[in-house]
Amino acid sequence: MFTLGPIGFVTPWLLAALVALPVLWLILRAIPPAPIRRAFPGVALLLGLEDEDSEADRTPWWLLLLRMLAVGAMILGFAGPVLNPDPVQSGSGPLVVLVDDSYAAAPDWAARLDAAEQRLEAAAASGRRVAVVALNDLPPEGGLPLRAASDAQARLEGLLPKAWPVDHAPALEWLDTVEGGFETLWISDGLAGSDRAALARELQARGGLTVMEPPSPRIGLQPARIADGMVRLSATRSRAEAPQEIEVTGQGPDPAGIERELARATLTFEQGATEAVAEISLPPELRNRIDRFEVEGVRSAGTVSLTDDTLRRRKVALIGGASEEGLELLSPLHYLREALEPTADVLEGTLSDLIAASPDVFILADVAALAPGDKDALEEWVAEGGLLLRFAGPRLAAADTGRGEVDPLLPVRLRVGGRDVGGAMSWGEPRGLAPFPEDSPFYGLEIPDDVQVTSQVLAEPGPQLAERTIAALADGTPLVTRKTLADGQVVLVHVSANAEWSTLPLSGLFVQMLERLAVSTRTGAPEAGELEGTTWVPETLLDGFGSLDDAGERPGVAGERLTGTVGPDLPPGLYADEDRRVAVNVIGEDDVLRPASWPAAVTPEWAGEREETDLSGLLLLLALAALAVDVIASLYLSGRLTRGGDGGKAAATAALFGIALMIAPEARAQEAATPTESPEAAPIAAASEVTLAFVRTGDPELDRVSEAGLLGLSQQLFQRTSVEPNPPVGVDIESDELAVYPILYWPVSAEQPAPSAEAYAKLNAYLRGGGMIVFDTRDGDVAGFGSSATPEGSRLRTLARPLDIPPLEPVPEDHVLTRTFYLLSDFPGRYFGQAVWVEASPPDAERAEGMPFRNLNDGVTPVIIGGNDWASAWAVNENGTPMLPVGRGFAGERQREIAYRFGVNLVMHVLTGNYKSDQVHVPALLERLGQ
Amino acid sequence: MTLPLRPRSEALAAPLPPLLAEASQLARGVVLGEHGRRRPGMGDTFWQYRTAQPGDPARTIDWRRSARSDTHFVAEKEWQAAQSVVFWVDRGQSMQFSSDRNIVTKADRAALLSLAAAILLVQAGERVGLTDMGIRPMRGEVQLGRIAERLMDASVQDYGVPDLSILPRHSRAVFVSDFLGDPAPVEEALGTAADRGVQGVLLQVLDPSEEAFPFDGRTVFHSVGNTLEFETRKAGDLRERYLARLMERKERLAAMADLTGWRFHTHHTGDSPSSALLWLYQALEGRG
Repeated sequence: MFTLGPIGFVTPWLLAALVALPVLWLILRAIPPAPIRRAFPGVALLLGLEDEDSEADRTPWWLLLLRMLAVGAMILGFAGPVLNPDPVQSGSGPLVVLVDDSYAAAPDWAARLDAAEQRLEAAAASGRRVAVVALNDLPPEGGLPLRAASDAQARLEGLLPKAWPVDHAPALEWLDTVEGGFETLWISDGLAGSDRAALARELQARGGLTVMEPPSPRIGLQPARIADGMVRLSATRSRAEAPQEIEVTGQGPDPAGIERELARATLTFEQGATEAVAEISLPPELRNRIDRFEVEGVRSAGTVSLTDDTLRRRKVALIGGASEEGLELLSPLHYLREALEPTADVLEGTLSDLIAASPDVFILADVAALAPGDKDALEEWVAEGGLLLRFAGPRLAAADTGRGEVDPLLPVRLRVGGRDVGGAMSWGEPRGLAPFPEDSPFYGLEIPDDVQVTSQVLAEPGPQLAERTIAALADGTPLVTRKTLADGQVVLVHVSANAEWSTLPLSGLFVQMLERLAVSTRTGAPEAGELEGTTWVPETLLDGFGSLDDAGERPGVAGERLTGTVGPDLPPGLYADEDRRVAVNVIGEDDVLRPASWPAAVTPEWAGEREETDLSGLLLLLALAALAVDVIASLYLSGRLTRGGDGGKAAATAALFGIALMIAPEARAQEAATPTESPEAAPIAAASEVTLAFVRTGDPELDRVSEAGLLGLSQQLFQRTSVEPNPPVGVDIESDELAVYPILYWPVSAEQPAPSAEAYAKLNAYLRGGGMIVFDTRDGDVAGFGSSATPEGSRLRTLARPLDIPPLEPVPEDHVLTRTFYLLSDFPGRYFGQAVWVEASPPDAERAEGMPFRNLNDGVTPVIIGGNDWASAWAVNENGTPMLPVGRGFAGERQREIAYRFGVNLVMHVLTGNYKSDQVHVPALLERLGQ
Repeated sequence: MTLPLRPRSEALAAPLPPLLAEASQLARGVVLGEHGRRRPGMGDTFWQYRTAQPGDPARTIDWRRSARSDTHFVAEKEWQAAQSVVFWVDRGQSMQFSSDRNIVTKADRAALLSLAAAILLVQAGERVGLTDMGIRPMRGEVQLGRIAERLMDASVQDYGVPDLSILPRHSRAVFVSDFLGDPAPVEEALGTAADRGVQGVLLQVLDPSEEAFPFDGRTVFHSVGNTLEFETRKAGDLRERYLARLMERKERLAAMADLTGWRFHTHHTGDSPSSALLWLYQALEGRG
């Protein structure tokens, strides 16, 4: 590269063309502007006239200068001028490019590779051989993997950062096996390492070391912890110079299972501080969903912290047998509450309520019999993946449950009565616990000596008993048994949950066992001791850039190893053992990042800071602008600009073209900035005019008919009444605002997905707020209301069950719906004759004297349910003609007319309420007028 | 390949009705002049009443007179004297020039004005014709049609030269041209006409750009027929001298007209044709 002060040229030989500029000047100067040929009858009068001066012949100097400028700018532009070009040193002998491929290098990985690549290009230019060595992936001992520089480039591009830190000790060992001297370029990740300095000294001794290190601090996100109900986020950084703010987001699946941002916090590093802390308050629902926190805008495994059970609080439903009042310490639930409350959300109540709360775990403490309905519900809940933990007790021992046949909610059959050991009336000593077998979830837990069992319920011996036993007494009697039930499991602890039968609830082992059963969760990082004997299988793993990948088939990791630092044998990620999860993060809770320390002779540099600026675009733009000006100037000179229609237009076009060239980028930005229709537009429009709405079912054909139907009805309303609605709107009940629509037409299709709980809450609020939903099962040809004979009918039942719907009755003949606008007795759609159901009239409704109808309920029925497929009868296509046939011939058209009348009545009913019912007062009013 | 005769004739005839219609429209704006011929005919002054004959247009019936008796009367006007008026319309290439898309060519304007004047004259009972038509001036619609057709023919000459093959003695003549070519033939034609006792009108039709010379820069001017060419390096410098020459040409034409008792007028295609027609008609009437 040829440099000229701060400017370098990529292709300097092009500059030679500048020599041609004076020649061009002469040529351009000699050639006058091309004449215009004009037809002009008056030429006969011109003959013989002489030009006054011959100077205009030549191109004027300023135009020449302009053209020279354009050409010069073009030559310079194509020569590739670069401001602040990277100086490239050259050397000789083999070059080793040493790369710290750790997580800390990931955020600016591309910049590192670029920097290395520049060196490689220089090396390629001087024909040096190069070895690229990734410190986490050392070449075999004995020599440098030297290659041609271009090959080494390919190797460099293939490098990816690992998700763990670099260890320089193996590199030192490897270096011992390498002979000969070489120059080294070390692209460092900038973090302190125990052997970094030693390695640097060694490399220096081998023949020169250049260290490249981006000066920006490395950031590490420490695992989130719960402290006093708040989520505490902390981050560390390697350098403490400038204040810095980072955004940390919590990611996790939303209720629909879609990954999205659930929480956000700003962490601020003060000047000179390497620590930043923020606490955020999150509702448990949200907190349980978060599966990782990450620093926004930084792609590195070190800025992602996975969350595990530590951050989760399970919902545990407790149901105990009735306990006598006052005997708090004897209550079967007391110890459970004490054990669970710090780590879990404990729910208590009736079983049906608790199931509705969808807890993670059900604990039945000494509950023998359940109501049949409850039992079925509980069984279903377990089968769907729930964990049912039962404790024995006097009632279970006395009851018949699980005696004769196998109770699905008990893992084993129980023998009548129980067993007392070590009591006054028994023959033996109280029993301790046997060590947990290896396949037990409790394996590895230390058993305190003072845990003793005095009473228990006994399992009936059977072929599966041994397999189902996960903890036993010293004499081999099963203490905890477990069986799976479909996706869930049932665990029975054969002693009571209070201290009556054993001392187990008093010991720390009780809490650990609950934790192992994933009933409760840890509050801090697991200790090595706790994890002893367990094997953890990685579920998802982080790569160096901090992206989560499925772990695939990988061997399990011993529990003890989990507490160590991450490395090739323990990549960061989420590890699972049965129901428990442990997150292994790159940055531990107490880890801090420290900047690398180099020997005095080594100064890290970073050329990337001085940004190369490519000036060619600017120069070419200048050339283009000069040429555009030249066009206009030439037009002016040749007389095409000043007078005459065509000339003026040409000039205007040229000017416009030039201006368009200049402002094109802004124009694009403008386009991008043009707001698309804002999401509020639809509700605002609907709120300003009456708008009929239908529920989008997801079936495009059905939605099309609904829209066309409501459009047809809107047109009829427009023609016949003073209601002048906007075009109808399809609403998504999950996301759209409903309150602005007076009426919702809801065609029921068999395939329609049920709305979410939030949508139901919204619908109920809508109904309570005076909205009306018209359910149309569209099966009037085959079924009556309420029959589950058709798929739509049964779907309607499912859909409408969570809705707050009052008692219904078929439309009575004096219902206000029959006379809000037209007098109707039937409500046909595409089908007819089926009853239409509305809110039942109050039982005390009475017929006023002399009136043909009763003074009915004082409001609008919140729902209308029918199956007459009204929308199809109303539907019109874009020409305003009916879209679908109704009935046959004239009778069919009559039916469509009645259908429209029903629609008009319906909308009138929604908009005017019981206005027409007020006619019951007409006799009284007339009477008063008469006076 | 030559198209069959009929489509060609149709294509040729297509502009005729519009030209005729446009010319009649233009002529309708001019009131007829007066020079009585002492016999019934077209005119402004009342001549006599006569009983209506079948075939008389209803609007010629004088209702006031008819109301006084049982028969219908037609009020006849005095016929105004018939004269021969011959037109020479320059159809050279230079007349095909127009400086702007929105301005008609000089030939169009000349044809329009001539035809409109002819219509007026025919309505006034005069005989009209073209000098280069080959037949003597006649009256009637058919003659107008012929004239219109003839006016469509363009000459290959760059600048037209007056053709006096048909110029009855003591008739009137109308010369319509831009008079930008050599003035000698025009002078000669005027002399011939004066010899034959013909008086008339010189109507110069010019394009606005010919009057303004709005050019600048290096320009090669050429005549429409490409027979003349003139290159200048600075057209703007020529403007004054060109305009002076144009003025000189006009003065020369006016002087010639004065000498022979003709009248001279300059019309620009950028202006409305009706004023020129009015002038033309009055100029013809004035000498009646």
